[in-house]
Amino acid sequence: MVRFENVGLRYGMGPEILRDLSFDVPPHSLQFLTGPSGAGKTTLLKLILQTLKPTRGLITLFGHDTATLDKDAITRLRRRIGVVFQDFRLLDHLTTYENVALPLRVQGKAEASYRPEVIELLKWVGLGDKMHVPPAILSGGEKQRAAIARATISRPELLLADEPTGNVDPTLARRLLRLFVEMNRSGTSVVLATHDLALMDQVDARRMVLAEGQLHVYD
Amino acid sequence: MSMTEPAPAPAPTRRFGLGAARGTALLPESSLAGRALVIVIAIMAFLASLAAGAVELVAEASNDWTASVSREMTIQIRPRAGRDIEADLRRASDIARRAPGITDVRIYTRKEAESLLEPWLGTGLQLGDLPVPRLVVFKVSDPAAVDVAKIRTELGAIPAASLDDHRVWLARLAAMANTLVLIGLVVLVLVLTAMALAIAFATRGAMAGNREIIDVLHLVGAEDRFIAREFQRHFLRLGLRGGAIGGGLAIAAFLIAGLLAARLIATPGGDQIEALFGAFALRWPGYLAIIAIAGLVALITAVVSRTTVFRNLRGLD
Repeated sequence: MVRFENVGLRYGMGPEILRDLSFDVPPHSLQFLTGPSGAGKTTLLKLILQTLKPTRGLITLFGHDTATLDKDAITRLRRRIGVVFQDFRLLDHLTTYENVALPLRVQGKAEASYRPEVIELLKWVGLGDKMHVPPAILSGGEKQRAAIARATISRPELLLADEPTGNVDPTLARRLLRLFVEMNRSGTSVVLATHDLALMDQVDARRMVLAEGQLHVYD
Repeated sequence: MSMTEPAPAPAPTRRFGLGAARGTALLPESSLAGRALVIVIAIMAFLASLAAGAVELVAEASNDWTASVSREMTIQIRPRAGRDIEADLRRASDIARRAPGITDVRIYTRKEAESLLEPWLGTGLQLGDLPVPRLVVFKVSDPAAVDVAKIRTELGAIPAASLDDHRVWLARLAAMANTLVLIGLVVLVLVLTAMALAIAFATRGAMAGNREIIDVLHLVGAEDRFIAREFQRHFLRLGLRGGAIGGGLAIAAFLIAGLLAARLIATPGGDQIEALFGAFALRWPGYLAIIAIAGLVALITAVVSRTTVFRNLRGLD
């Protein structure tokens, strides 16, 4: 599904901040991406998402060498990936409902075709009574849940989540983790970037540890 | 994916407040310099419409002049020693009467000929001793049937006679009118070009102000053409609004000018305007041109914004 071969990244003429990354994300897999703050977890997710291009190495996404793809092809691949950003990246002028429905809307789907599904998901993440309010009046945890709902609404083949439980209480964190596990069981590959050891201990999953620019995988 | 856990919150009671079937605009209205741009577009549409209306007015007036002048011809006979000018006038009018396609042949009396000089020489002068040329004036009922060359040949028998079919004057008039029309069209193109550049700058500004939104749209799978369509839709709305305001004001301006000109009839100023522009009333092709320009303004706005967005999104790569 995702394959990195000897991937390195540097900004400008600076030192390599990620080097010799070689790993793959198999279909239907669940893994934690962990490491100390500043180790490059978010950067690695950006490389998978192709918002950053590597300075060397080969990245294969869904069987395609990303170096050979044009912008539209990468956009089409992104539709198969759900992303939960650390800073949520919700659009402030849209309601929670509209934010969650965004991935379906940009695919040109009619609202009537996805409305019940979006409502169901919003209720499930506990935002049933907040679907018509803008993100500005949501709490941090509610924004987090809205961001997770947006990432999962299109039933992606791959889910990337950057600190998805960073702003929620332990109970909700467990519940959200269960959502990710359930998604994984239904066939979605999941990469959860977190440094929450307690969270990782709840699930027996592969751990990819980033430290000093290098990745160590523990199956 | 199974989501069977009970809802922690009550179901919403109201329908999705998305308003239109398409939902809330993905680009916030407040971030898109709407009102100022509508004013700019309206001013440009107004100026472009004025230029188009003026072009139409000049073209119509030129056609009117040409039609009325080309339907009249004059034979001029200069007094010459040893010639009976009255006999020459009769011969010339006979030649005109015999020619096909010509009606209303009339010999101007000496008094009428002298009165034609009054605007230049003033009144009260004794012109009896001056060799005032005499005129035979006639109308052309069928321009295709008139053989000007033949009339000229026959007039050759009268030594001091010459035929004036106003061709030189018509040619100058046509050249002047064509020049005015060309200037009007150049002004029209310049105004529309300036407007297109203003739209391009506004679009770039809007893109810079909405960079975060564009990034999110890309990340959730929006293609460039989807994003460009969002901008295009917004700017088309502004263009339609600006075009309608500018075109509407131009139509109102021409209507008011026409009414004022009608009220000035029989005054020196009104006569001057009528001499230049006929009735100074824009006819329906002129109003149609203004409506077309308002539509063109909206179209240019939409196309320029779309093109600018595409070019800038490509630049983001």
